[in-house]
Amino acid sequence: MHTDTRVEINRDVCIGAGQCALVAPDVFTQDDGGLSTLLPGHEDGGGAPMVREAVRACPVSAITVSEA
Amino acid sequence: MTETEPVTFPQDRSCPYQSPTGYEPLRATRPLTRVTLYDGRPVWMVTGHALARQLLADPRLSSDSTHPAFPATTEGMAAMRNFRVALMGVDDPEHHAQRRMLAPSFTLRRTTELRPGIQRIVDGLLDAMTEKGQPAELVSAFALPVASMVICELLGVPSEDRHFFEVQSQRLLLSSDVADVRDAQSKLAAYFAELVDRKQKQSEPGDGVLDELVQQQLREGVLDRQGVIEFATVLLIAGHESTANMISLGVYTLLQHPERLAELRADPGLFPAAVDELLRLLSVVDVLGRRATEDIEVGGTTIRTDDGVLFSPSVINREEDLYPAPDTLDWHRSTRQHFAFGFGIHQCLAQNLARAELEIALHTLFDRLPGLRLAAPPEEIPFRPGYAIQGMLELPVTW
Repeated sequence: MHTDTRVEINRDVCIGAGQCALVAPDVFTQDDGGLSTLLPGHEDGGGAPMVREAVRACPVSAITVSEA
Repeated sequence: MTETEPVTFPQDRSCPYQSPTGYEPLRATRPLTRVTLYDGRPVWMVTGHALARQLLADPRLSSDSTHPAFPATTEGMAAMRNFRVALMGVDDPEHHAQRRMLAPSFTLRRTTELRPGIQRIVDGLLDAMTEKGQPAELVSAFALPVASMVICELLGVPSEDRHFFEVQSQRLLLSSDVADVRDAQSKLAAYFAELVDRKQKQSEPGDGVLDELVQQQLREGVLDRQGVIEFATVLLIAGHESTANMISLGVYTLLQHPERLAELRADPGLFPAAVDELLRLLSVVDVLGRRATEDIEVGGTTIRTDDGVLFSPSVINREEDLYPAPDTLDWHRSTRQHFAFGFGIHQCLAQNLARAELEIALHTLFDRLPGLRLAAPPEEIPFRPGYAIQGMLELPVTW
């Protein structure tokens, strides 16, 4: 994964299933409301290969990875 | 393609951890086919993994089980059409608001915090079971109480009430007698109404999820009393039935696979992967139902408005392209993407809690009782009928 990729979470559709944080705990976490959020400094996915896995695991397609 | 008679759905399993042999034609007809329900109604059956992902995320498929055209898979379920099921029987945007209210109580962090409590419950039940001596009946001595006591603790329901709601939810979900189903439904409604009243009057509020709902959402008017009762009902029933059956059937399945079990015992680090593979293979909740709210085009076929659309996780979780040798138990494969918890907005709220419970229950049981074995011939041990959540009715064991 390039360092110029960008991970975004659509928190309007997130249901707090926590699958991204389960699959890629180095990149995603859940806030107190249960909604997914990126760990500080990981907006580029941190080069983690599991980010793509997290995109697939999200039941509501709330995560997108784009090339900047 | 030749037109064949649609298979009836649901059907009983012949091996409790395998998809019914009568579903073979469904596995041969991916991604979409037709089945016939108990009352002769033809409905769609989604059998392909990719199509299931697509359609379970499609807002044109409704989960509202009170709608007259919603597909009921049993007479008992048809009799419950008046029964509003919070969360899983509600569509967006109402569903979204309900899910947001509960999401904070089911995060990975909260689940991690619950682990020591789950371990304590599991240890206590195994102490009691071994003290009482062998043989033991594992469903009533372990599988059911683990699941009930964990959900009681989480919700703030007195655990001494567990026998009452275990019996009533069994009647609600397992009885084929309509009057029996209705009676169980009204007894549960009365119980939860009284429980909510008691919680409203408590001077010292407890720290369960229901206490929080009463203290916050109910007091602030975000939720009314009926709303709290509906949440309590669905969380308690969904929270103990599916997990209890996963534990009993998981134990039975592992005991039928001694080499796999030996591998797990030698390397307990495999338990999380084993739990997900068991979830995939066993697919204890083996039907998800929806109703089309408008015409939906699927690769040249049209699903019409008000058509029933069903999904069978045991069939979808056996798509050969994704899971080679799909009927075998193999936790070295990638099991993520299974449909044991559903998909889309209704994907199981408490899936992370369920994973933790299964991991702790199975690990501790096999760790403490290295000689655990079935106390009856495996083919004579009764399991649940095809229309219900799959699992063992009894599980006699010795050690």
